[in-house]
Amino acid sequence: MNFTLKIWRQKSAAEKGGMVSYDVSEISSDSSFFEMLDTLNKTLIDSGGDPVAFDHDCREGICGTCSLYINGRPHGPVKGVTTCQLHMRSFKDGETIHIEPWRAKAFPVIKDLIVDRSALDRVIQAGGYVSINTGGIPDANTIPVPKERSDAAFDAATCIGCGACVAACSNAAAMLFIGAKVSHLALLPQGEAEASRRVQKMVACMDELGFGNCSNTYACEAECPKGISVVNIARMNRGFLGAKLLSEKEKAIRDSL
Amino acid sequence: MTSLNAKIPDGPLAEKWTAYKSGCKLVNPNNKRKLDIIVVGTGLAGASAAASLGQLGYNVKVFCYQDTPRRAHSIAAQGGINAAKNYANDGDSAYRLFYDTIKGGDYRAREANVYRLAEVSNQIIDLCVAQGVPFAREYGGLLTNRSFGGAQVSRTFYARGQTGQQLLLGAYGALSRQIAEGNVTLYNRRDVLDMVLVDGKARGIIARNLVTGEIERHAAHAVVLANGGYGNVFFLSTNAMGSNVTPAWSAYRKGAMFANPSFTQIHPTCIPVHGDFQSKLTLMSESLRNDGRIWVPAKKKDVERLRHKDIKPADIPEEDRDYYLERRYPAFGNLVPRDVASRAAKERCDAGFGVGSTGMAVYLDFADAIKRKGHDTIDALYGNLFQMYEQIVAESPYETPMMIYPAVHYTMGGLWVDYELMTSIPGLYAIGECNFSDHGANRLGASALMQGLADGYFVLPYTIGNYLSAEIHTPRFDPSSSEFTIAADGVTDRLKRLMNTEGKESVDHFHRRLGKIMWEYCGMARNEHGLGEALYLITELRQEFSRGVRIPGGLNEYNPELEKACRVADFIDLGELMVRDALQRKESCGGHFREESQTSDGEALRNDDKFAFVGAWEYRGRDATAQLHREELQFNAIKLSQRSYK
Repeated sequence: MNFTLKIWRQKSAAEKGGMVSYDVSEISSDSSFFEMLDTLNKTLIDSGGDPVAFDHDCREGICGTCSLYINGRPHGPVKGVTTCQLHMRSFKDGETIHIEPWRAKAFPVIKDLIVDRSALDRVIQAGGYVSINTGGIPDANTIPVPKERSDAAFDAATCIGCGACVAACSNAAAMLFIGAKVSHLALLPQGEAEASRRVQKMVACMDELGFGNCSNTYACEAECPKGISVVNIARMNRGFLGAKLLSEKEKAIRDSL
Repeated sequence: MTSLNAKIPDGPLAEKWTAYKSGCKLVNPNNKRKLDIIVVGTGLAGASAAASLGQLGYNVKVFCYQDTPRRAHSIAAQGGINAAKNYANDGDSAYRLFYDTIKGGDYRAREANVYRLAEVSNQIIDLCVAQGVPFAREYGGLLTNRSFGGAQVSRTFYARGQTGQQLLLGAYGALSRQIAEGNVTLYNRRDVLDMVLVDGKARGIIARNLVTGEIERHAAHAVVLANGGYGNVFFLSTNAMGSNVTPAWSAYRKGAMFANPSFTQIHPTCIPVHGDFQSKLTLMSESLRNDGRIWVPAKKKDVERLRHKDIKPADIPEEDRDYYLERRYPAFGNLVPRDVASRAAKERCDAGFGVGSTGMAVYLDFADAIKRKGHDTIDALYGNLFQMYEQIVAESPYETPMMIYPAVHYTMGGLWVDYELMTSIPGLYAIGECNFSDHGANRLGASALMQGLADGYFVLPYTIGNYLSAEIHTPRFDPSSSEFTIAADGVTDRLKRLMNTEGKESVDHFHRRLGKIMWEYCGMARNEHGLGEALYLITELRQEFSRGVRIPGGLNEYNPELEKACRVADFIDLGELMVRDALQRKESCGGHFREESQTSDGEALRNDDKFAFVGAWEYRGRDATAQLHREELQFNAIKLSQRSYK
C-alpha cells in the first residue's frame, strides 16, 4: 500500500512547528501504524534526514504511551483501539493521512508528535489512590465485594491514561480520566472511606492544572480506546457535589458551636 | 577474586525468613530521613519498592525512561498472580507453591529465596485488594482463582486479562501518594547509563535527561535496580520497545556479577511472526491454555490443503488432529510449563506440521470450550484477549482457532543477588525481573508479578535496612566528587563516540541482525556448533556497529535514535555473554535446551552432578573474556528428580 503522510514537525517546545508531507510506499496491510512510521523513519535516517519523534512503548494497546491525532481523531479511525493497535488495512490505498500531536493546554509539545502529559500524574498524586501502607493488611477475603460492583470498578479501572479524552474534548477537559479513577475507587468498599476527600482534591488539582470544563459532548467516551463510560463523570459530579454539601454542612455546624 | 556468598540464614527452611526478620538490623525513623535511596525502574518491583521505602521514611529518588511510572512494562502482564491462599480448598500451601516453583524452574533456583517468595505471596494479595485492585470475584463477593501452567491447584488471582495493569496501577497509586507526601521524587524520561561507586560501594548513578539530553549525577546511600528483563536482545519479543538491559549492564561493567544470562523464557502462546517490517510480538495469555486445546494436523496432506486454503481448520476431523500436548503429557495436557509447551510446538513445526502462511504456527482452539461453557462464559474469561487477537490478525477466535507460536517473553537470568537481594557490589540491589533469583531455568506462569511485588513490598524494605543501619553516620554524598565526574565524563564520551560514528545504517538494522543471531543460535534449541558460530557473528556485528551506525540529531536534545543506540550497544555485549553461558552449560534445563543433552524421547536432560549451580559471570574488561563463578545449589527440602509432566 502507498500513502501520503502529512505530519506535524516541531523541533522543540520553544520552536514553531508545521505540517510536512512525506510519501511512503510498499507498506504491508498487516503492518501496524507504528511499523509504517518505522519504515518512514528508516527512509529518513538512511537519506540523512531527521526521523519523526513519536511516543510508543508496549505496542499492544495497554501502556497508554502512544497518542497521535490521526485524520482528526485521537488514536485514528477504528473505535476501541490505541494507535499502536491500528493496522494499515484500516486505511485506503493511496490515502492521505494527517498525523498531529494531542492538542491541549495542559499537554505542551516536547518534540514533533510527543507531548508532556505529566499533568495526569499530578492529578493522580492529588488523591487517586487508597491511603494505606504496606503491611498490616487484613486477609483479602475479609470484606466481600458484590461482583457487580467489582466489575463496574474494573471497567473504570481499565483507563490507560493516554489522554485521548482530553485531546478529544473541545474544552480539553480531563473529566473522563478523573471520573474513571474516582469511580474505580469509590465503587469499592476499600476506597469508599476517603471517597469524598479524594474527589475534592482531584477536582481542585484538575482546575489548577489548566484542564477545561466538561463540554458535555461525550467526545471523550466516543474516542476512549478502552471504552470508559461518561457514567463515570456523572458519578464523579455526584460525589463532588455530595462532598461539597457535606463539608459546608459540617462547617456550618462547627461555626454554630 | 570476588566470592559468592548467598548469605542464606541458618535454620529450617520454613523459618529462615522469620529468623532473618527478627535478627536484621533496623534504622530508626529519624535516621531514615537522612538516608537517600535511588530506585531505577517503576514496574511492579520498582514502584512497590519506592513506595514502601518512601513510606518507611527514607528519602527516595525514582527513575523511569517512560513519561510516567504507570507505563512500565509490568502493565502488559495479562494472566495473573500466584499466591498460596488455598481459597480453592484444593490442598495448596506455601510449601506446594515453593515446590512447584522450584520444580518448574528445573531445580536451578535457590531453595531459601523461593520459599520466602511463596511465604510472602499471600500478603501481596491482601495488600493489592486493599489498594483497590479489582481482582475477579464470585457472586458471593469473595475472590476467585484459576489454574495456570505447571500447577495442579488453582492459585492464580486475576483481573480479566489485565492483571499486570491493575497491579501496577495499585503500586503506581501507592507511589503517587509518596510523591505527593514528598518522600519520593520522580525523575521521568531518564535513561540510567552508569553506576557510581565510591570506595567499592554503590553511591549513585549517571542519568541522561531524555528531553534535554543533559547528563545528570544523582548520589545516594544505596541504589536499587528494578529495570526489568532483557528479552529485547532478541529484537522481536513481547517486551515493550524501550525495555532494556542498560542499567543492569552498567552495574555488570562496574563489577556486579551477572547470573545465568542464557536462561530465557520462550512463551508458547504468542501471535506468530508475519513479516520483515515487524517490530514486536504480542503475547496471548497462558490462561488461554485452560480452555484452549493446542493441535496441528496429523497428516501432511492436510497441512498442504490448509496452506492453499482448500480447507479450513474446522474441516479437519477429530481423528486427523494431533493434540500433541495431550498426547505427550497426559497428566498436565495443555497445562504443561512454558518451556515444555514451546519446545513441543517447535518440534511439530520443524517436522513439517506447522500451520499458517509461514508454517511456523500451531492452533489454539476454543471450539470445545465454547460448546461446553457457552459463548458468554468464554467472553467473560478471555474477551479482551480475543479482541486483541482479532485486531492484529483480522480473524475471530470465536469462529476459527487462534494461530500461535513461541516468542521471547521473560528472562530468568539477571544480576546475581544474595538472600538480601544485594548484588556483588555492596549497596547495590537488584529486584524483580532484573535479578536472577527465583525462577531457576524456567519461570511458571503468574509468578513474575508475584516476585516483583514480593521483592518490592515485602523483602527489600527489610533487607536494605540491614545494610543502611551501618550508613547512618555517612553524610550525603557530593555528586561533584571525582568518582561522579569520572563516571559522567565516561558516559559523555561514550555518547559522543556513538554520535560521531559516521556510518550508514540505522540502529534498528543492527538490532534486527543481533536478534536473528540470538534467535537462531541461542533460542529454543542450542548446540555447541551453533553457539560457536554465534560468538563469531556477534564479534563481527559489534565491529560493524561501532563503524557503521548512523545516529541523526544531536546530543543535547530529544533523540530516540541515540537512546536506542546505547541500548543496542549493551545488548550486543549481553548477547555474547548469553552465548558464553549457554556454551558452558552442557546440560538441558528449563528454557535452556542443549540438543546434545536430551532423553531418547526428546525431553530435556539435566545433569545435576555437574551443573547444579548458578553460573555468575564477572566482567574483566572490554578485551578480556568474562570469568565464570559457581554458586553451588544446595537442595535440602527437595529431592531432585527428572521433571516429568507425563
